[in-house]
Amino acid sequence: MSPGPSSPGPGPAPGAAGMYDAARVQAWLRNNTFHHSRFADLKRLVDLKERQGVRISLCLPTLNEERTIGKEIVLLRSELMTRHPLLDEIAVIDSGSTDRTREVAASFGADVHLAADILPGAGAKKGKGENLWKALYRLTGDIIVYVDADIANVRPYFAYGLLGPLLEKPEVQYVKGFYDRPLQVGKGVRMPGGGRVTELLVRPLFSLFYPELASFIQPLSGEYAARRATLETLSFPVGYGVETTHLIDIYHRSGLTAFAQVDLDQRVHRNQSTDSLGRMAFGILQVFFDRLRRHGCVDRLPEMAALMRQFRTRGDAYEQVEHLIVEDERPAITTLPEYREKFPRGRACAPT
Amino acid sequence: MEQILADLPRLREEAAGLREPFLSDIVLIGEIPSPTEGEAARAQFVADRFVGAGLHACSIDEKGNAVGLLPGETGRKTLLLAAPMDTFVTEAGDQAIEVAPDRLVGPFVGDNCIALAALTILPALMDRLQIRLNSHVVLVACAKSLGRGNLDGLRHFLSSTRTTPAAGICLESVQLGRLNYASAGVFQGEVHCRLPANYNWAQYGATGTIIPTGEVIGRISRIALPQKPLTTIVLGSIEGGLSYSNIARETVLKFEARSESIDELKAVREKIEDIVEEVAAQSGKQLVLDIIAWRGPGGIDIAHPMVRNARAILGALGVQPALYPTTSQLAALIEAGIPGVTLGLTTGERRSELDEIDEAVAIEPMSTGLAQLVANLMAMDE
Repeated sequence: MSPGPSSPGPGPAPGAAGMYDAARVQAWLRNNTFHHSRFADLKRLVDLKERQGVRISLCLPTLNEERTIGKEIVLLRSELMTRHPLLDEIAVIDSGSTDRTREVAASFGADVHLAADILPGAGAKKGKGENLWKALYRLTGDIIVYVDADIANVRPYFAYGLLGPLLEKPEVQYVKGFYDRPLQVGKGVRMPGGGRVTELLVRPLFSLFYPELASFIQPLSGEYAARRATLETLSFPVGYGVETTHLIDIYHRSGLTAFAQVDLDQRVHRNQSTDSLGRMAFGILQVFFDRLRRHGCVDRLPEMAALMRQFRTRGDAYEQVEHLIVEDERPAITTLPEYREKFPRGRACAPT
Repeated sequence: MEQILADLPRLREEAAGLREPFLSDIVLIGEIPSPTEGEAARAQFVADRFVGAGLHACSIDEKGNAVGLLPGETGRKTLLLAAPMDTFVTEAGDQAIEVAPDRLVGPFVGDNCIALAALTILPALMDRLQIRLNSHVVLVACAKSLGRGNLDGLRHFLSSTRTTPAAGICLESVQLGRLNYASAGVFQGEVHCRLPANYNWAQYGATGTIIPTGEVIGRISRIALPQKPLTTIVLGSIEGGLSYSNIARETVLKFEARSESIDELKAVREKIEDIVEEVAAQSGKQLVLDIIAWRGPGGIDIAHPMVRNARAILGALGVQPALYPTTSQLAALIEAGIPGVTLGLTTGERRSELDEIDEAVAIEPMSTGLAQLVANLMAMDE
């Protein structure tokens, strides 16, 4: 299944000079970049939610997260469902973990689903993006919060911090989390920034082609929240590219004002090897060039290879290791009849 | 009492129903670093929970204790529930706690965050049980308990509170089944050995401070200690020196002596003072004994109703009581003339495959621990 061609949207077209409006970016950074503590009054958030009559779902995509998933569920359930009824459901969408992830999650009361069991007619693909896409069918909320399941220091604000801008500002469609990575560059100066793939690949690419998107401090953050009405119209790469295409596609359609970003302090998670980040970068480049092609930025893009080649040494010999990385994409989920049946157009949310 | 014992299955079942919020509070409290005299963030969290639970007179007092009052029906007496807030952590670091289906694993997780979470979850548990005691229960999360803190937080609360509690329970996270009704006398000390200002660094064979500290250790370990009254000395820590070949400028030995007898404790203290003076004179180094904590022995009788009831409750819950003297916060109650016991809430261990500060505690027994706590409060209320 491949997504249909993207129609040109009313938003900015890619290009370096013409689409960067410094005043607009400054205003966005000033008005749509928050610290989670601004939303710490949970009674107020619950009140906003109830007045708007929306349901909120939390999705935890997993693959072998037995060491961290238990704590995430215990903390988020007890703080944001039991103490404060902000979340209506928490679901774990698992890619087929071979450890005890699903058992641990179920033991603490989460709804646990194998991604392959959701929408069986659509087939099964491997990747986090697949879980996020299928979660749209399984979950019932009008707002979906995605939180990665490998966070060792998870706190309730990882979820409510992302929900705050959506509940406060009707024009915001999509909220991205970012974290403090204190890189000291001088007395009193800190440079918050992303990880290696962000700083070496995505930010330079955004700066070249979508310069306003370089305003995201961590565009690849796995913690974000969005309205169903927005998510259901997006195609989802099943692998590494899902976060990148979300930003580009929403930006292309609605511009920077559709976004907000929230400082979630520090995030402790397992470090990834350079090799695995290289494969991640390969997948991101695939979807990025695809978006450039769709937006008419490149006219003679050759057929892209799907093999990522890396090296390792064995004794005195150098071995080439090939990884097949295909950033397959799921179409906008509204194109599926099963989805339209469960979530009829105009209906706030599906029956529980 | 029979009615309370008969009600224990319900107490345990309802406590089990609060497993998630209880675990959540344990993790949220346990991941806040809380060194002695640096408990402010943890105190704020506990105080916020007290406010959220609707306790009365919530405050953080001048010593940093977080205090809240669970009001009773008549308030004819006040019961005390205390748990220490500080741990031996020396600086802020990663205190992440792992939540597995059957246990929690992390730094100091078996130390006191479970006891503190028992304070924060108690109001919700009493609501769930629809139990309202006649007595007020004052909940105190105590600052400055360990080491140089010397129970300063709880001692301050007891000396400044307008209503002296009629009885008290000191909570510790582990071990479920402990029933401490007496406090061993204890003193904690540090022997600092430093090089004098005129030390001859160039002298061949200069030994620095490690050799004399070794001499102190050897002599302390040869002190004859009686089995009855039981008297012990624990050499807990030595620090000193920089590298393989550098002469150590300062060495610190930390120890704790315990005894059931105040006379024996005083005798041990005098012997250690003599040892320090002698080694200082012989070695030419500066040796100083610094007594950082001192508590006299005492407690209630094993036949006291609090002890009898606590034993009966543990027995009815299928837990083997372990009665022994403690060196914990109970000493502050004893000094203030308040009858009290120390109880544990779950089982735990510090296993060899874990880092030194990492501990593992079992989740399943926690509901038994909480049921035990409520049953004891009900018994004390009668």
